[in-house]
Amino acid sequence: MRGFETYGGVIPNVSPEELTGWLIVIEGTDGAGRSTQIELLRGYLERLGYAVAETGLSRSDLASRGIRRAKQGNILGSDAFNLFYATDFADRLERQIIPALRAGFVMLTDRYIYSLIARAIVRGADPSWIKQAYSFALRPDAVFYLRLSVPDLVPRVLARGGFDYWESGGDLPLGNDLYDCFINYQDRVIAQLDALSEEYRFDTLPGVDSIESISEQLCTRVRDILRRPRLGPSLNGPVSDREP
Amino acid sequence: MLSGLSTTFGGMRNPYPGRLFIVEGIDGSGKSTQMSLLAQWLRAGGYTVVFSEWNSSPIVKSTTSRGKKKQILTPLTFSLIHATDFADRVEREIVPSLKAGAIVLADRYVYTAFARDVVRGVDPAWVRSLYRFAVVPDLAFYFRTPLEVGLRRILSGRPKLKYYEAGMDISLSTDAIDSYRKFQARILEQYEQISAEYGLFVMDAVQPVEEQQKILRDAVRPYLSGLRRRRSVSADPRTGAPAG
Repeated sequence: MRGFETYGGVIPNVSPEELTGWLIVIEGTDGAGRSTQIELLRGYLERLGYAVAETGLSRSDLASRGIRRAKQGNILGSDAFNLFYATDFADRLERQIIPALRAGFVMLTDRYIYSLIARAIVRGADPSWIKQAYSFALRPDAVFYLRLSVPDLVPRVLARGGFDYWESGGDLPLGNDLYDCFINYQDRVIAQLDALSEEYRFDTLPGVDSIESISEQLCTRVRDILRRPRLGPSLNGPVSDREP
Repeated sequence: MLSGLSTTFGGMRNPYPGRLFIVEGIDGSGKSTQMSLLAQWLRAGGYTVVFSEWNSSPIVKSTTSRGKKKQILTPLTFSLIHATDFADRVEREIVPSLKAGAIVLADRYVYTAFARDVVRGVDPAWVRSLYRFAVVPDLAFYFRTPLEVGLRRILSGRPKLKYYEAGMDISLSTDAIDSYRKFQARILEQYEQISAEYGLFVMDAVQPVEEQQKILRDAVRPYLSGLRRRRSVSADPRTGAPAG
């Protein structure tokens, strides 16, 4: 039977090896076009007949409100924030991701533990501590990393409406104005994601490519993953294998 | 940064001028009574005393309450939200007070998480790693209580036991009282193990209140030397006022 495993940790009352479905992660720099790509990928997979579900950071039923409230006043310290995000992640893992995988869905997630680990390390957390904290996470079938360098990122952010406080690490802060903060913060986050990319074997896609080109690569690679032969009988395969 | 270098709780000795004393034990062990008597004595001696109570962060509380009320907390999210609450109190209450040279008295500490979370099925090594940023107390009192004594003290008041308080989430029994008994028995087992693991100061919680308090004060006294007092007190060791 095709199943999952964690990064070494335990999810109480869950047997990862019994889960079917697929877990596909889209990681990437802020503003790299993750949500556009997820939307296109979802449409593609649904046309192939796969059942698709989505989740993303801070979207949990349990903790999303609390995190939003805490961010408004910037009143939590960094370790408390890291653990609050871990709570949000665990709630989504157990109440969104795992049920979808159990039902044989393709679960697309807009960022996963890697962004959370990168942000925590940039804020001074001990890398081994935060990685161990997230060791209960399921290993995804694939992690696609939409990578942008800071110089490529800046014009996009300006076109979108300017520098965001949290995307500039305003809580740290790493400069005297929002621009400096943004550059320095994003530079550090990207450096951390690059480092994690090796460790967790990301599949990197250049974020400067056109939307269509990225989407084509992404769709092909995901399709290949879904078509890999399974070790056991597939209960929830595609209803149709036609190309779109 | 709070994150220590050790891979588990226990590596972060108190590096601050203040002192950290904590009390642990099952419900009905009388630990809170003993702690408030200790606080009175210390205040009478001119020391600055700050309390920190388990699960009391004003920022995290609304999320914990939401999870409990909707009964959506799993062993994993129960553990993580309590760690978030604790981290917030460490960053905002405990460490600043210790830096200021105060005596911090904590009613329950990391050992409560180690006991409860492991009974709920969380990996013991994982939860110990999660709390590695916590300062090790100068003195940690474990109020050892026979199960029946603790149960009698709590249940004689015919309490309305809450869902998670009674351990109903781990399906020990459909009856709240029965579930509570079984849950407390398991927590007690964990406490005994933790007490040996971390060398907690064991108090015989069936002794008369004043006897226990005398032992507590005798244990605390050597830790008071060098602490700043707010005003001079006619300290006379024979009358029991704390010597500084």
